[in-house]
Formats: sequence, C-alpha cells, structure tokens
Amino acid sequence: MIDRIANGFHPFVLPFVFGMVFVLSYCVYGIVKILRQLPAEDRKHFFVTLVTPKYIVKNVWDIFANCLLHVKLWKRNRLLGYMHSSIAFGWFMIILLGHIEVFLFMPSRAKFFYYPIFFNFFVAENETTLRGSLMFFLMDFFLLVILSGIVLAMIKRIRSRLFGMRRTTRPSFLDTIGLYSLWAIFPLRLLAESFTADISGGSFLTLPMNWLFRQFLGNNLNMLPTWWAYSIVLGIFMTILPFTRYMHIPAEMMLIPMRNAGLKIRNARRGFARTEVFSCPNCGVCIDACPMSVKKANVKDCTVYLNRQIRRNNEKRIEEISDKCLLCGKCTVVCQVGVEGSVLRVVQRSTRNYAINQDYSCIDVAPFKSQVAASSGNVLYFAGCMTQLTPSIRKATISVLEKAGVKYKLMDPDGGVCCGRPMLLAGRFAQAKEMFDRNVEIIKASGCDTLLLSCPICYKMFKDHYDLDGIKIVHHSEFFSQLLDEGKLRPKMSSEIKYVFHDPCELGRGEGIYEQPRTVLRQLGTLVEAKQNLDESICCGGSLGSLSLGFEKREAITRNSLDNLCVAHPDTIVTACPLCQTTFGRYSDVPVKDISQVLDSAVGEKSA
Amino acid sequence: MNFGFSLSPSSAVNLDKIDLSLYHKMEEIEPDVRICIGCGSCSATCTGQPFSGMSLRKVILAIQRGRENEAREMLSGCMLCGKCTMVCPRGINTRHLILSMCRYWDGEDHGYNLMNEVEVKI
Repeated sequence: MIDRIANGFHPFVLPFVFGMVFVLSYCVYGIVKILRQLPAEDRKHFFVTLVTPKYIVKNVWDIFANCLLHVKLWKRNRLLGYMHSSIAFGWFMIILLGHIEVFLFMPSRAKFFYYPIFFNFFVAENETTLRGSLMFFLMDFFLLVILSGIVLAMIKRIRSRLFGMRRTTRPSFLDTIGLYSLWAIFPLRLLAESFTADISGGSFLTLPMNWLFRQFLGNNLNMLPTWWAYSIVLGIFMTILPFTRYMHIPAEMMLIPMRNAGLKIRNARRGFARTEVFSCPNCGVCIDACPMSVKKANVKDCTVYLNRQIRRNNEKRIEEISDKCLLCGKCTVVCQVGVEGSVLRVVQRSTRNYAINQDYSCIDVAPFKSQVAASSGNVLYFAGCMTQLTPSIRKATISVLEKAGVKYKLMDPDGGVCCGRPMLLAGRFAQAKEMFDRNVEIIKASGCDTLLLSCPICYKMFKDHYDLDGIKIVHHSEFFSQLLDEGKLRPKMSSEIKYVFHDPCELGRGEGIYEQPRTVLRQLGTLVEAKQNLDESICCGGSLGSLSLGFEKREAITRNSLDNLCVAHPDTIVTACPLCQTTFGRYSDVPVKDISQVLDSAVGEKSA
Repeated sequence: MNFGFSLSPSSAVNLDKIDLSLYHKMEEIEPDVRICIGCGSCSATCTGQPFSGMSLRKVILAIQRGRENEAREMLSGCMLCGKCTMVCPRGINTRHLILSMCRYWDGEDHGYNLMNEVEVKI
C-alpha cells in the first residue's frame, strides 16, 4: 500500500474531524460533570473500582456484551438483537479494522485520527495488497452486516409489528435527523469505497460495484463528491449526537461501570440518575410493557418519555409522568439498558416541598405494645391496612394458622399504623420513616421471632426497610408453602379446579417470590399460567404507586390484566395481595380469591 | 367571676364572609371533589383516624365552611394508605386530593428541592 495523497490530508475530512472533536469534547465535559455531581464517597468508591482488576474485567465484558453484542436484547427478541448488534458491533469492527489497516500498512500515518475512517481514499494498492486481502474482505463483510441491520431498521420504522413491537417511540425532531444521517452513513461509505476500489483495492462487495459503476459512468469523477458526502453525514451525526437519543452510546459505557461499582440514584437529576437518563436509547420496549399504555392511553407517560422530558428539563411533564405511574416495575425488568423507571419517578416525587408535613408524634404505641406483649405465640401476624378492607383474608389466614397449630399473635386486630410504603412511594421519605419506627417499636415489643404479612405492600416494606434484629419476615404465601412442606397441613386436592396465579408487583418483581405460591396451588388443584406471568405479570391497576391516575382510568388496565390472566380459562383467579383482589373483584367474571382463602377451604377441618 | 362554666364561642359560619379560595384550589386539583356526597366511607376506613381524628369527609366540609385550621390538623394525620380512594363510591381520587392539598395548602408552590441527596430504596 502506498500513499496516494502526498501529505495525507484532503479538505473533505474536515466535517468529520469537526464532528468528532465536538462529540469527544462533549463527552469529556459530560463525564466530568457527572463525576462532580456524585456524592464524594460514591465518587471515591467509583474511582477505586476503576483500577480494581476484578471490576475492570467485569466492566470490559459487560460493555462488550451489552453495548456491542446486545446479549440481553438477543435473549428477548432475536430480530431486534440482530438489528442492533449488527449495527453496533459491525461499526465497531469497521473502526477497529480501519485502525489495524493503518498500523499494518501505513504506520507513518497513525497520528492522523481520521486516517482509519477514510483509509481507502488515501491509499493506492500495490504488490503488498495480498497481505491486505483478508482485511479488505473483513471490511466488506462487516459493512454488509451493518447494511443488513440498516435495512431491518428501515423496515422496523415502517412496520414495527414485524419485530414484535406493537408500538415504538415517536422520535423527536433531532432524533429524526440523527436517524436519517445514521442510515445514510453506511450506504455512502459503500458507494465511496466502491468508487475508489479500483485504486485502493476492495473485496467481494466493493470490487463488483466498482466494475458495475464503471460500465455506465465511464469515469471516476463521482469519487470525491461521495467521499465528501460520507464525511459530511458523519459530521452531522457526530455533531447532533449529544442532543439526540444516540447519546446512549457513550452514556451506557459510563453507566455500566457505575452500576458495577454499586452506585445508586442519590439525586433526582444529577449523577447516577443523569447517567441513566442519558443511557436510554429510546427503543420503546417499555411502552408495550407498561400496563397503563393499554388501548393506546398514557403512551406518552412511559419511562422513555420520562427520560426525554428530564433531558429537556420540562418540569410540568416530569411531574405528570412521575405522578401517573403505577410503579409496577415492569419497565425496569424489560429495559435493556437497566434504566430504573420506578426509582427515577419516586426520586422526582421526593424533590417536592410541601406546606403541610404529616406528623405522627401523637401516635401512642403503648396500647399496641402491651397488647402484643400480653398474648402468647411466636408468630406475629400483621394484616396491614389493605387486609382491613378485606377481612375475609385475615379470617382465612387465622383459620389456616389455627388448623396448622401455629401459635400466633395479632398485631393489628383493631387497626394499626400503616407500614409507610404508600407514603414512601409518594416520595415522602421522612414521613414514611416515622411510621416505620412506630411499627418497629411494636414488633420488637412482641418478642416474636417471625413476622407474618398477608399484604405484599407491607411485606416489601418490612423486608427491605426495617431493621428488625433477626426477626424473620415472611409473606403468608411463603409461610403456607413452608407449613405444607412440614406436613402441618393436609389440603384436599381437587384436580378438576383450574387455578391461575396473579403475581402481585411487590411480591414478584419486588421480592422475587414466584415459586412458593405456585407450590401451594399445585397441591390444591391444577395450576394454569397467564399469558404474561412471573416478572412480566401485568399490574392489576389498583397500585398505590400512582398518585394521579383516577378510578375510571384504571378500569382498562384492570380489564387488560384480567384478560391476560384468563387465557387458559381458569376457574378461579388466585392472588396473594388484598389490593389486587379488591381491584380484580370489581370487574372480574371469574371469582378472585386470596391464596389464604383457597387454602383454608381446601384444608377443611383441623388436620394436624 | 368564674362560675366553672362559660359560653361556648359561636360556631356560626357566615358563608358570605368566608374565604373559599382553598376550596376553589381543591376543585382545581381534583374537580371530582364536587361530586362528594359526604357518605363518610373514607372516614370509616381511615387508618389515621383513630390516632389523629383524620376524616376526609370532615376535611372537605371544613374547607367548604372556611374552617381551615381544623382541616389542616386533620390532614397532618393522614398516612396516605389509599383506603379512602378504594372505598369511595364516587370514585374520587382522594389520595391525590390529600397529597395535593398538603402541597399547595397556602396557595403557593413550594417548589422543588433538586439538590438534596436522598437514600432511595423502593
């Protein structure tokens, strides 16, 4: 390979150079800004992990697997996985191979950072080409891979349903420009390299195209304009990248090491939260996942739009979006990048200042304490607010406990203090903490070693937020499964009854309890599954997470969730959450029961 | 002279003289408040009620009558558990109403505190 342009420079590289310098400086500015926004101890810890070998290996692998190969997306949807990884990995390989070419054939030009990108323009082929034929082949191969990805991307824009996506994000104006310039980059590169293929060499793609064009163009005057166009499109893409969704490319490379270092969101807009927001690729997977988006309603309130509005600092929309969400957590489960939609929303809520701050200092817990201390038993049953509204669950739970011969105490027979989770979800952490403390006092006074909850909302709160000195916290579905294992209950099996289990958000996605309730149900009847279940189960629509969603707006959500549960025509819908039961009960044609009620009726008389 | 008893202060409300701006604010936040029939289901199920006397029915009534201090005291005992919303026969989003009232009580927007660092665990 020899230099074709004596000084290794041509003005057409300038748009690319400008774009590249701009985007690199913007990224440096962004990284410094985010690092400065991190709390001091987080920043220090982050720097330590950056030089720890264990973390380095993990970071490099995670970046490679997620940013380039899109492994998580492959597992979810192969077509989308191929589309994204072909563009990302293909582009990466072209850049890498370009650099290798320069180092192999033109080491003296390695100092020009645009050289690898426009290599084929600057060189002419000579007898050393044989060494380059493999490289030329690889370059053409990866270009073909990218072009196939681009074709898929174009099809997806027109018919997203073919890719298993019912809805996709509506791009903003700048996103559209970024999208079209990204689409244009690779066909232009193919054309540019084809026009120069007779001079600089090429492979299976560029050489035949060169031959083809020569047949009807007759000269190579198209060469320079095409290289100009290629450079200009690259320049446009790089220049607007920081203001489009394509910012997720550099941001995700920052997010992965930060997450591996164990950083958490500590501020609504700064530091880690900011990195998450910028890492959102606007793919729109969260739109189809969102239970609120049923019947095309509330589409603009999905996490992808929250991220967009946070980037725009549109306070009004940020507030609307964060208040409406049910906080079911499904968008976090399906997100390929790991944007925590629910946490982001709660932290937005927490930034608000209130005129009236609730005060619970007047609550006297002494009567509760003396009440729990008086009775005997080592299992303390806290029914919680929601179970107060569905006394049948409390009754059934107590009945099962008695049949199994468990010695229990009631913590709130006549109402108690709320666990604090509804307050926490409203972003009022200090008030929620006050309620925790009251409950902890009562629980500790009871002297029990197990705290039994029949409401997943309370369960998640006690499990994650309370420091209870080794008191075991169990949800009733877990506890029942344990009682069955120990043989303390002998329920009657009626295999003709078909049960379907609805995974409540807080119990399933929140605490990862999927198996225990199913184990119980399998011993009572035939268990069928919903269309979307386990960590992708659909919120019942009654969630306390949403602040602003009104009663009638929730109906469509509940009905959609019921349709999902009833695909296998169950005789009874079983859930393990009083709130889900009440919500479903409003619209369901199939009886909705709590797991305690089903178990209680199957156990019959005392069997132990 | 102290006889050990006294006249109770008049509890008459002159509807022409009271300031209803708070009630209008409430209507603006949650227009459904107008359809409240005062059935008291919210009060009957309230978790905070035994501790602080919180009763949303009374809060709405007090605000309509211009007795804001009583309402304020009750609101500060709310635990936001949301049972009132679940039982409301009129489908009023009472939880949002209470939260918004607490926020805009004095008619001002108290703004955001975007700089504070918090421990977020949900």
